[in-house]
Amino acid sequence: MTIQTDKSTSYTEPGIEGLVADWSSDKQTFDLPWGKLMMWIFLLSDTFIFSIFLTGYMNVRLSQTDNWPNPSEVFALEIAGQHLPLLLIAIMTFALITSSGTMAMAVNFAYAGNKRKTVILMTITAILGASFVGMQAFEWTKLIVEEGVRPWSNPMGAAQFGSIFFMITGFHGLHVTAGVIYLSIIARKVARGDYEKKGYAIVEITGLYWHFVDLVWVFIFAFFYLW
Amino acid sequence: MQNVAIADQPDELHDPQTFITKYVYSQDHKVIAIQYGITAIFVGLVALALSALMRLQLGFPDAFDFIDPSSYLQFVTMHGMIMVIYLLTALLLGGFGNYLIPLMVGARDMVFPFMNMLSFWFYLLSVIVLLASFFVPGGPTGAGWTLYPPQAILPGTPGYDWGIILMLVSLVIFIIAFTMGGLNYVTTVLQARTHGMTLMRMPLTVWGIFTATVLGLLAFPALLVSAIMMMLDKTLGTSFFMPALVSLGESLDYSGGSPVLFQHLFWFFGHPEVYIVALPAFGMVSDVLATHARKNIFGYRMMVWAIVAIGGLSFVVWAHHMYVSGMLPAFGFFFATTTLIIAVPTAIKVYNWVLTLYRGNIHLTVPMLFSIGFIFTFTHGGLTGLFLGNVVIDLPLSDTYFVVAHFHMVMGVSPIMVLFAAIYHWYPLITGKMFDEKLGKIHFWFTFLGTYAIYLPMHYLGFLGVPRRYFAMGSTDFIPESAQSLNASITVSALIVGLSQLIFIYNVFWSLRAGKPAGHNPWEATSLEWQTPDVPPHHGNWGPELPTVYRWAYDYGVPGAEKDFIPQNHPVTESEQTAGEPEER
Repeated sequence: MTIQTDKSTSYTEPGIEGLVADWSSDKQTFDLPWGKLMMWIFLLSDTFIFSIFLTGYMNVRLSQTDNWPNPSEVFALEIAGQHLPLLLIAIMTFALITSSGTMAMAVNFAYAGNKRKTVILMTITAILGASFVGMQAFEWTKLIVEEGVRPWSNPMGAAQFGSIFFMITGFHGLHVTAGVIYLSIIARKVARGDYEKKGYAIVEITGLYWHFVDLVWVFIFAFFYLW
Repeated sequence: MQNVAIADQPDELHDPQTFITKYVYSQDHKVIAIQYGITAIFVGLVALALSALMRLQLGFPDAFDFIDPSSYLQFVTMHGMIMVIYLLTALLLGGFGNYLIPLMVGARDMVFPFMNMLSFWFYLLSVIVLLASFFVPGGPTGAGWTLYPPQAILPGTPGYDWGIILMLVSLVIFIIAFTMGGLNYVTTVLQARTHGMTLMRMPLTVWGIFTATVLGLLAFPALLVSAIMMMLDKTLGTSFFMPALVSLGESLDYSGGSPVLFQHLFWFFGHPEVYIVALPAFGMVSDVLATHARKNIFGYRMMVWAIVAIGGLSFVVWAHHMYVSGMLPAFGFFFATTTLIIAVPTAIKVYNWVLTLYRGNIHLTVPMLFSIGFIFTFTHGGLTGLFLGNVVIDLPLSDTYFVVAHFHMVMGVSPIMVLFAAIYHWYPLITGKMFDEKLGKIHFWFTFLGTYAIYLPMHYLGFLGVPRRYFAMGSTDFIPESAQSLNASITVSALIVGLSQLIFIYNVFWSLRAGKPAGHNPWEATSLEWQTPDVPPHHGNWGPELPTVYRWAYDYGVPGAEKDFIPQNHPVTESEQTAGEPEER
């Protein structure tokens, strides 16, 4: 990534005129580093991927004649004889949302030039992300081994429940895994001082991706576990 | 924050030295463009050969033993898929997009050259996976290029076990490649323009490629998702697209899926894909027409907005491909309306091209001939589109040769005419040599007239009700015997057109060695790519200093100017200012 921060030009006209000036301006349309704009565009594209996945899910679910399993039954934990619906998911979601907070703090410290705190917070973010993936693996194992859900069948009713659940949470899990790897690489480079000269926009770019993955999870959570 | 171009950064300023870094693992946008171009033209020739085989079967049924119904369907499928995605999309965006965007906006390279290089290697991998499907047991998939389930993954369709899997894997790899390239193109256009190059001064080529890339980034996700879902249906036995059904007398394990869901997802990608191919062609043909008619493009602003409007509308018309699939009639009304609305910006573009030619100083060079040919073929293809956009007219014509003729005219032949125009137009820049004019003209007349010899009769076959994708008509009562002789004549024309492409290939290679040196700016064009210090441009494109842009890209025949063209990087002179502002600047 080649990010150069040099505050030579900026456009600050307000309102419609500012918008027109930005869009028709010389050299660059947005006052953003290249990598950041590219990440935004990529995320827009990725938003389409997840929207289409979720639209497909809604279509499949609404056209089902078989019984759709009750999420508070399926996604429940039995702890000491207590039936606790959605407990695991609550913990997973909490971990992921918290990681967004630590990521935001990391971005803040990066721009303040505090390398040590940035690396620590990015590492915490990565660990929280990894624990999310770990818990997801646990959830999958429970569904497959204990409840007998398979991608192609489901003892509790519609076969599509298993297929679409594994596909979408799996695709999201891959995003989180990629994010953990991405975070670790960038954290290591920050620790090495690779961005002393180029500036720390890269931490924010990583953060954009991470927040996006969290935001997508909120939608998946709502559509799978609360519907 | 102003970003410094890669080649201007002291720690990255090094020209590639060895053969490998210069021509193989190159990060230079021009080399990547040529790599894309050569790969795309190579697979395109494979697809051309497949179409010749199809035509041989249709024109002379029973004459060729090696074409059986299965292989015929495989030829149809692979021909369509290769032409639409691996040739047109890759050559227009990966090839011309890569070559022209940085040069036309005055950048030294794409913003992320390494990712750009990866984009090509992923594309090459997708092509290899695709071609590998010719060599697996069962051969490539014969599901038709739309890959409709359930037939695509069930026994009875050729290549239902390995071919379809390789096809889907190849598509996913292609989408990854496209995304990496596309992010580069969009960011380069938005952020890496040179001083003075505002968005409304960009040549229409850049506008077309830019908008098409945005469409691609938003439309390919639908193909990615449907490819993943179909892959799971095939390999894991899920039932996203598979209803409960009986196949070969056996009741299958699938149940509860929806084949129409696939069609919606596919065409949500598939229709914008038409414009991913068409918009770059619109842009390039505008620039070629203006240059060779020595006249500014008529209604530049309108042309830009038409490109953007077509791009936006292309996302709300997809179900016009599905009138016969079973849809709420109200949806048919909605999609017919949006489809016909698209005709408005498209017609504006055609009028503006014609008005650009009107009273121009037309030089009938080879690129100009192909561009004018494009106006003809595109108008014809567009008009039949108005027929098919209406539900009531589409129902009887659906799945006949009328549809085949329509989309070949509008998105097969037309973009290819522009591609030839563009190759002939920018060949002097890319190679530094002029091509042979005479051979180029022969190539044009064979291609242009041949096109009509092929596709005009096909419209008529469609009216007769001849169905598409049939291996042979057999003894079908409602089709008169004369249809067969028409089919034979189409085949002969198609073979001639196919062979005449050899003239083009020969011309490209021969001129590379023996062509006249082109010198700077042989077409006397105004846009920035012709103003580089070296022809062909070197790594970094602009020498020590980036150019500054003072004007739009269409200052041809300005009153009071010394020559009949003023390049974009020439300052506005006083005599021009007193002569009054032209309509657009």
